[in-house]
Amino acid sequence: MSIFRALMEKPWMVEGVIDDVYGVDHKSLPTAKFGLRVFLVVATVVFSLIVVTYFERMLVPDWRALQIPLVLWPNTALLILSSIALQWARVSADRGRLDGVKSGLLLGGVFAFAFLVGQLLAWRQLIDLGYFVATNPANAFFYLITALHGLHLLGGLVAWARTSAKVRRGVALDRLRLSVELCAIYWHFLLVIWLILFGLLWFT
Amino acid sequence: MVVVIVLVLVTIGTVLFHFLAPTIGWWWTPIASNWGFIDTTIIITFWVTGAVFVAVLGFMAYCVYRFRYQKGRRSAYKPEDNKLELWLTGLTALGVVVMLTPGLFVWNQFITVPEDADEFEVMAQQWQWSYRFPGEDGILGTTSPRFIDDDNPFGVNPNDANGQDDILIDDSELHLPLDRPVKVLLRSIDVLHNFSVPQFRAKMDMVPGTVTYYWLTPIRAGTFDALCFELCGVGHHAMRGTVVVETESEFEAWLGEYSTFAQSMARAGNGAEKVLNLVSREVEATSVEKKSAQ
Amino acid sequence: MTSITPAQAELISPAEVEDVELYHPKTWVTKYVFSQDAKVIAIQYSCTAIGIGLVALVLSWLIRLQLGFPDSFDFISPSDYYQFITMHGMIMVIYLLTALFLGGFGNYLIPLMVGARDMVFPYVNMLSYWIYLLAVLVLVASWFVPGGPTGAGWTLYPPQAILSGTPGSDAGIILMLVSLALFIIGFTMGGLNYVTTVLQARTRGMTLMRMPLTIWGIFTATVLALLAFPALFVAAVMMTLDSMLGTSFFMPSIVEMNEYLEYGGGSPILFQHLFWFFGHPEVYIVALPAFGIVSDLLSVHSRRHIFGYRMMVWAIVGIGALSFVVWAHHMYVSGMNPWFGFFFATTTLIIAVPTAIKVYNWTLTLWHGNIRLTLPMLFALAFIVTFLNGGITGLFLGNVVVDVPLSDTMFVVAHFHMVMGVAPILVIFGAIYHWFPLITGRMMNQAMGQFHFWVTFIGAYVIFLPIHYLGFLGVPRRYFEMGDTSFIPESVASLNAFVTVAALIVGFAQLVFMYNLFWSASKGKVAERNPWQATTLEWQTPEMPPAHGNFGETLPVVYRWAYEYGAPGYDEDFVPQNQPPIGASAETGGDGVPDGAAQPAK
Repeated sequence: MSIFRALMEKPWMVEGVIDDVYGVDHKSLPTAKFGLRVFLVVATVVFSLIVVTYFERMLVPDWRALQIPLVLWPNTALLILSSIALQWARVSADRGRLDGVKSGLLLGGVFAFAFLVGQLLAWRQLIDLGYFVATNPANAFFYLITALHGLHLLGGLVAWARTSAKVRRGVALDRLRLSVELCAIYWHFLLVIWLILFGLLWFT
Repeated sequence: MVVVIVLVLVTIGTVLFHFLAPTIGWWWTPIASNWGFIDTTIIITFWVTGAVFVAVLGFMAYCVYRFRYQKGRRSAYKPEDNKLELWLTGLTALGVVVMLTPGLFVWNQFITVPEDADEFEVMAQQWQWSYRFPGEDGILGTTSPRFIDDDNPFGVNPNDANGQDDILIDDSELHLPLDRPVKVLLRSIDVLHNFSVPQFRAKMDMVPGTVTYYWLTPIRAGTFDALCFELCGVGHHAMRGTVVVETESEFEAWLGEYSTFAQSMARAGNGAEKVLNLVSREVEATSVEKKSAQ
Repeated sequence: MTSITPAQAELISPAEVEDVELYHPKTWVTKYVFSQDAKVIAIQYSCTAIGIGLVALVLSWLIRLQLGFPDSFDFISPSDYYQFITMHGMIMVIYLLTALFLGGFGNYLIPLMVGARDMVFPYVNMLSYWIYLLAVLVLVASWFVPGGPTGAGWTLYPPQAILSGTPGSDAGIILMLVSLALFIIGFTMGGLNYVTTVLQARTRGMTLMRMPLTIWGIFTATVLALLAFPALFVAAVMMTLDSMLGTSFFMPSIVEMNEYLEYGGGSPILFQHLFWFFGHPEVYIVALPAFGIVSDLLSVHSRRHIFGYRMMVWAIVGIGALSFVVWAHHMYVSGMNPWFGFFFATTTLIIAVPTAIKVYNWTLTLWHGNIRLTLPMLFALAFIVTFLNGGITGLFLGNVVVDVPLSDTMFVVAHFHMVMGVAPILVIFGAIYHWFPLITGRMMNQAMGQFHFWVTFIGAYVIFLPIHYLGFLGVPRRYFEMGDTSFIPESVASLNAFVTVAALIVGFAQLVFMYNLFWSASKGKVAERNPWQATTLEWQTPEMPPAHGNFGETLPVVYRWAYEYGAPGYDEDFVPQNQPPIGASAETGGDGVPDGAAQPAK
């Protein structure tokens, strides 16, 4: 592993300009992309901890399985579509097709909004059935998980809005590519997280 | 130069303080339980770490004196010394082993309750202690916060046969027989507490929703203070108890003064209506008990 | 020393440092208030942290007044006392130490020491500060709500924290949790910057192993914080729900004051696991930057390279990694499964080995040095003393069975104050005396500095050393008053009074320090360039204090590690990192192959 070789280096032995001989620098990677990756790690830790506490809480005998609102299925489909649309925008940006970027971004945003509205509907359904946040632990987790995931998506929509504004201002495609790519990566991440969380809710 | 003198004084002063503090009573209380091994482990730790403390500070004082600033002097250039570092790592690891090994052995004893230990329960609530002994059958009845009311302050399950003869001590004074191992079951009905007598050395938090424990054998007769060792609200510092260690016969006589759960419920006028009420609550409570058993 | 081999040289790209697009402030407001310059943000962070830290200092006086003279101060009620200890602890650990080391020193030093013009995401960096400020304001606001701030202890253990037997259990605890959540969000924004800047924006030639240990410490601590704070975040969100909406994440069924509460099935111990999964790395989030900074102070002022640089780096990384598998040593007597004790005691004592290596290497750095007893050096030496003392008592508490009699006693209080209170704060002082000339262009006043050092070091030591022995005696921590006991001798009251007086004197010395800061900033002796003759890049800027963009026209190129002190073959006893090797031309041309003087390898 190059990182270990780098850490074995005796820095006082070598004088002069050396670049990264061992290839541990990822300077080829755009800084923003690297920063996003770090953030994704942090977000992953947050969601992992929630999953761990969920399993821990399930062990207690007062656990009752969740009544899952069926609207979650179409919601999941919306989130997948949203991710696909952004991927389309990303590929179009790579191939230099501005119209593809435009429609991909637009569809991605619309589907993401629709997903969030759908999640609110799911809450509405549960509340109508009399399942409030404190009714039982599974419901508490359901509200917590969907709220946290939704907030992350809302944060993503801020980035999406900024990117869309750039598109509307007519910023050159070269300078858009990274923003579109970051949006797409973040969307895929949130999709994977959602699939894991949904699977968790469904199978337990 | 002042710095060197101060470093030496800090080293000597710390060691002196360590040996002088016990003479004015700033040292552990005389032990009253079987946990002398814990004290021994502490002493071992003191010797190992004390040696490191004196060695490192002594060396530092030497360096500050010997290599004090002189115009034109250059420091020696020797970025690392693998042999020296290996030795130091090895010695430190050895020191760690010397401290950890007895520690783990004693911990194993601490969490392995002897078979013949008598059980009793300490119940904590803001901000008082009360105690429960298992009575004739030697088994404590199950409990749940849902059963707690004015007549049943301990929350003993009224339908559990084992609980009927439990002896309830609604008082902060606890008596224990000398030289008998006891398993102290710890229960709290509201927040975290921690029942501990400094002379016993043992300690464990009480956590609502579960029952924790430790065990010990009192080896010295006397009257000791029990304190709460886990912040439990605004009355934390005032949550006191007393533990009296006495001979077996004195202990039995003391225990005999208190009434059983069945007696106290009878006194409270346990009408049929009340029983029904309690039974309905039991259904919910059983699930909570399963958790406590874990 | 050798020059690099031809095989390596082939991998070298042309010696050009790619310049970054730099944000340029246009107005006074964007330059000094909503600034995106890491140096300004660093000073904003530091001032806010020190400001709220002064509140914690005053709280510590009030705590000590109560402990030293239990019956004399009617205006301190038990509720007040528990609120004081809670806020004192929380402010010191999170809002002062974490914010000052990472937000303050991190922001100032990372770009300068790795040779970058600024942090990589300046806008996010600015947001980070303003969210931190908001978190501090929310914290302060909890004094002005009904019931006051929370008095649950800085660990905020449920169920206690949200039940009515604890002061501030309605509004106070909510504001505390909101403030923590804000702090974490703000910190994450800063943390992304620190990590990415270190990994992505180092200047040419600055390999990982050429970085000063300060950067290693701050970098590793930031990684720890990014991974550990989410646990606190999750715990804070769940406890907020428990408190406001009646969920039972951490709440079992409870009878409070004879009233059955509608909770059930939650686990208070789960909160403790989450809290300490954050809380133990937090200790190292504070300690690792201190380790790094003190290494540099010792090296610069003893005119010698740090001894065993590689070992020091590995120790920082190793301690950081291990700090995630020791958290439950805070919970030996929490009622968790007792079998965990074996595992966590072992990992905890293993972590002592790399930590001890660091202490040895600090003292070995002094060995054969040429020690200048400057103010930063005095603080660094004092750090070793207090850290050694506090580290040693950690071995008591880490060894599971020894912890049983000592946990929740004053021994614990003395231990963590020594190891993560006094020791890191001494480093902070040393660092301020060290870098003050860089930041302001003036030296700090010597006389006031000497007074401040001796009172602080000796004072803090005589305050906390005897408190350990109260712990042995069995004096519990977090007690408003001891009242009557049969096992505490009379002399303890005099000791407590003595400690209180000492604490007030040490506290006064900090005010002298504050005065010195302000006085020296305007009236101090004008500092010469690179006054400590240090090798690291922050002292090699074209202007001092460094201007916006740090390095003028071109970024520096790094030719060697950060510890070239007393190196053979040079006239001076130090060689800056960016000074071209003897015989090489100052500019690095197209081929970039250095032509360093080949010297025998050491």
